[in-house]
Amino acid sequence: MTQQHTFDVVIVGAGGAGLRAALESSRRGRTAVITKLYPTRSHTGAAQGGMCAALANVEEDNWEWHTFDTIKGGDYLVDQDAAEIMCREAIEAAYDLEHMGMPFNRTPDGLIDQRRFGGHTHHHGAGPVRRSCFAADRTGHMILQTLFQQNVKQGTIFFDEFYVLDLLRAPDDGRAAGLVAYELATGELHVFRAKSVVFCTGGYGKMFKITSNAHALTGDGPGVCYRRGVPMEDMEFFQFHPTGLYRLGVLLSEAARGEGGILRNADGEAFMERYAPTIKDLAPRDMVSRAIYTEIREGRGAGPNGDYVYLDVSHLDPKVIDAKLPDITEFARTYLGVEPKKEGVPIVPTAHYAMGGIPTTVDAQVVGDAANTAIPGLFAAGECACVSVHGANRLGTNSLLDIVVFGKRAGVNAGDHAAQVDHAELGEDPAGAVTRMLEDLAGHPEGERAAAIRGDLQVNMDDRAGVYRTETLLKEMEVELGSLHERYARVWVQDTSRRYNTDLLEAVELGFLLDLAEALVVSARARTESRGGHFREDYPVRDDRNWLRHSLASRTASGVKLDYKPVTMTRYEPMERKY
Amino acid sequence: MQVTLRVRRFNPETDSESRIETYDVPADPMDRVLDLLHWVKWNVDGSLTFRRSCAHGICGSDAMLINGTNRLACKVLVREVGDQITVEPLRGLPVNKDLLVDMEPFFASYREVLPYLVNDDPAPDTERRQSPKDRGRFDDTTKCILCAACTTSCPVFWADKEYFGPAAIVDAHRFIFDSRDQGAAQRLTVLNDKEGVWRCRTTFNCTDACPRGIKVTQAIQEVKRALLFRKA
Repeated sequence: MTQQHTFDVVIVGAGGAGLRAALESSRRGRTAVITKLYPTRSHTGAAQGGMCAALANVEEDNWEWHTFDTIKGGDYLVDQDAAEIMCREAIEAAYDLEHMGMPFNRTPDGLIDQRRFGGHTHHHGAGPVRRSCFAADRTGHMILQTLFQQNVKQGTIFFDEFYVLDLLRAPDDGRAAGLVAYELATGELHVFRAKSVVFCTGGYGKMFKITSNAHALTGDGPGVCYRRGVPMEDMEFFQFHPTGLYRLGVLLSEAARGEGGILRNADGEAFMERYAPTIKDLAPRDMVSRAIYTEIREGRGAGPNGDYVYLDVSHLDPKVIDAKLPDITEFARTYLGVEPKKEGVPIVPTAHYAMGGIPTTVDAQVVGDAANTAIPGLFAAGECACVSVHGANRLGTNSLLDIVVFGKRAGVNAGDHAAQVDHAELGEDPAGAVTRMLEDLAGHPEGERAAAIRGDLQVNMDDRAGVYRTETLLKEMEVELGSLHERYARVWVQDTSRRYNTDLLEAVELGFLLDLAEALVVSARARTESRGGHFREDYPVRDDRNWLRHSLASRTASGVKLDYKPVTMTRYEPMERKY
Repeated sequence: MQVTLRVRRFNPETDSESRIETYDVPADPMDRVLDLLHWVKWNVDGSLTFRRSCAHGICGSDAMLINGTNRLACKVLVREVGDQITVEPLRGLPVNKDLLVDMEPFFASYREVLPYLVNDDPAPDTERRQSPKDRGRFDDTTKCILCAACTTSCPVFWADKEYFGPAAIVDAHRFIFDSRDQGAAQRLTVLNDKEGVWRCRTTFNCTDACPRGIKVTQAIQEVKRALLFRKA
């Protein structure tokens, strides 16, 4: 049986963006937050190093420098108006969080303390600046907790462990009409009618094997939108964070290098000095990740197989490590048995962050084509969205900033929109498509499990669509994805129960990963240049003449169709990216 | 190496009571117990049900009873627990399916202690000032990830489900000792209830169980002292 609910606003996802949005929209209209995890399980909680805002609490700084860094860090694919808004509103966003109770570390004067972070500089690249506001190395945890606490205070309505599996759009004009969600506890479907729908579902790093991402990060939000005709913007830009724990990919924050940590190769050499002479280990992540792989490829990797390098914090004051980097040093102890106070920690780059996603305006309004035509009532914010403030490569700390700035804007605008319109009519049998999808998935005879197909997807994506890409590799990956999709059409769901059927949901999630991986690979193959996180060995140079534009991948019956739209420029001329 | 993994299973649709199933799992000493559960789910029985997300001890999804102790499955390595591993659901919360328990009673207690900053003064234009010392006062209890390992290790909670439990008190502590907060009196009144802090018998199970290393028992004692001080 399908249950029906009616709200003014429904928000999908309860990480930082969704929770920040809910605080605003629930003041403007009746709001529900639908989340497949309990809110505090969201991956915002895994963010470590901080949130940049040019508060200038410890040294001279201003938001214009932050804007410049964001645009340059993004290799000039950033929409400059959006970056200006984010960096200007960062200051108020940091104070807002503090007023909500966020336990930032403090300066001796009692101000919010700040530290260095990759790519963040003063005077347009002259040297590193202390801009990151932080709470030890659990800043994301504290932001997530603080926003959840405020939602508890405000009495926000949550539907916990509900998986959104479809977006309903009005049959006449395509505006958002609601959602279909699957309740984990019962296996029942719920139709949510809403005037505004806000996607805040995070990333999709689980298409890669070595990743910092949680198991839950399967791109359900973008996947649902993509299947309902929303193009995906800049999918080829995926960030590989330089310092993931060897073999596991668990993130070790850039804060380690912000506090003075150094990357070393097998010879003990601080190799970043060769790649970024000015800011060295604090170069943007795409550059550091490529530098690490270059060291490994050229035979300077450490370990029996020469396939990692070291993150070295052993020269730092042990008190600084305990006070400012307690969690990540514990990860090294727990998972690798390494004592960071005494020895280097084996690390490799790890798939970390999707710059691309659901295309939006600076008001978090989702747009449906290259002319930026709005899809009324549909909003998105956070990692699942592409504003684009991160362009081709996100700077560290700008993700936490993105979720609070654009999460707030999404909540305000979704709430205001809902106050001005009526509910759209739902089509005939709104849950029909999801019912058929689930019945089909559950009805396959015994055969290959989702886990086997997902495992092959992940290994192949690491090898063919990772830090280094070529036409040959990407073409191979396209063929591989065709075969993975064929296998998926027969995927076997062993658990036949109605209640708490996570086996079925893993199969559903894999479908979203496969669709998004295809959009990523097709977009990457078409982009014959190197920019930010997208590095083509066969086209190693940035090509502004042909490629200073955003890609838009649409799902059609005949495969992925690509379109392009210009980058919004204000006052920053593209120049060579040196650090 | 081979691990003998025993898992307490329960399917509400077919079982009247739980049973132990045994699996022989190929493992590396550096594998997480979560990896073993995934191996079973992904290779042997897709119906094995448990929560997990971040897989590195931050999200708090996968607290369970591992060889008789509450741990996060993603934070316990095979080398720590050996080749005979028994995994069961948390005690004291209703079991919904296999290792997945009903968290609602746990979150209900959490919500009751006003787990948010209370300060009705107009906010300044910039940050409220707080000295590093004042900030340090409640640092330990900000680490809580609401995994329920502490509360469900508490013998008082097992016997009396109305008891708030250690986690809710930890989250109250986090605000009671925050110099910016004005809700301490209200929170202490809640915790002075017969199901409040006085039920604690300082067994220290909670401190042992906390995967974040929070000194839970000490936090509870500090809340008790705050109540005594208030009465005086």
